Amino acid sequence: MNQRVPVVEKITKANDRIAALNRALLDRHGVFGLNLLASPGAGKTSLIEATLPRLRGRLRVGVVEGDLATSLDAERAAAAGAPAVQITTGGACHLDAAMVNDALPRLPLAELDLLIVENVGNLICPASFALGTHADVLVASTPEGDDKPYKYPSMYGRVGALVINKIDLLPHLDFDMERFRRGVAVLSPDAIAFPLSCRTGEGLDAWIAWLMARTRQTRGAG
Amino acid sequence: MHELAITQGILDLVTEHAAAAGAARVTAIDVVVGEMSGFLPDSIQFYWDELSEGTVARGATLRFRRVPLRLACVDCGSLFPPGDGCFDCSACGSPRVRVAQGRELRVESIDVEETA
Repeated sequence: MNQRVPVVEKITKANDRIAALNRALLDRHGVFGLNLLASPGAGKTSLIEATLPRLRGRLRVGVVEGDLATSLDAERAAAAGAPAVQITTGGACHLDAAMVNDALPRLPLAELDLLIVENVGNLICPASFALGTHADVLVASTPEGDDKPYKYPSMYGRVGALVINKIDLLPHLDFDMERFRRGVAVLSPDAIAFPLSCRTGEGLDAWIAWLMARTRQTRGAG
Repeated sequence: MHELAITQGILDLVTEHAAAAGAARVTAIDVVVGEMSGFLPDSIQFYWDELSEGTVARGATLRFRRVPLRLACVDCGSLFPPGDGCFDCSACGSPRVRVAQGRELRVESIDVEETA
């Protein structure tokens, strides 16, 4: 006898289940987790390198490094005062929750306040896989153009915080900030934006203040 | 490449629900793929033929329902596809719009043959 059996379940169910385990682990240690997303060259590694010294003595930061192309290697992270582990993706186009689940026990979570997961540089694949972090932070950069939210609605539709890097280049570009931010507002209405320049340091204070506030919230809840 | 992980996700759901239903064989699978989910049915089909080999769902037909991205205007209520590089309402021009559909990515149902 043939019959139709209803399923109605998300295809990412297995990944989401592991992501929930990751979240529980981070919460248990009171660690605020970030999933750092971007296209290659937008400035993920530069942002981490600009952020670490500014948090020294204020927050204890760990890094999970998934991006091979622009990898902040463990030594550079350690020099900046952060324990780091590298995920070997074997050329995969995204991180998934299981990879992060493997990496977490290799970090001293009990001694951390903030965990930054640097995802693979790619605006498509990483959008589909939750890692269990508390916030998805997308690093956009002005030379990429103001049309990116319209071309990558999937990635721009899951943004918790948006770093708009390389604002020091704005005088040389036809980047329409208003158009860019209107697109983001439609896809991720709750996203908070930080226009900044990792090169000049402009705008970094607001980003650092947000990290401090969100980390404090997570610690309070944990 | 990420379609491989998603195809495995489909297979996991299908085998789980087929076993629960006591199915001997799965003949068809209804999959709903939203435009915003970023997945290409053709790539999923490609991986499916490989991954389903040797399982209860071997040779099953994948039936995709694609859900296009549609925006809803907060001001006039109209439902419309995004313009070229613009999300403003196509009816009244308002920039106050929300994503109404296109995020879907789920297995809707499976067709099974039960043991005789």
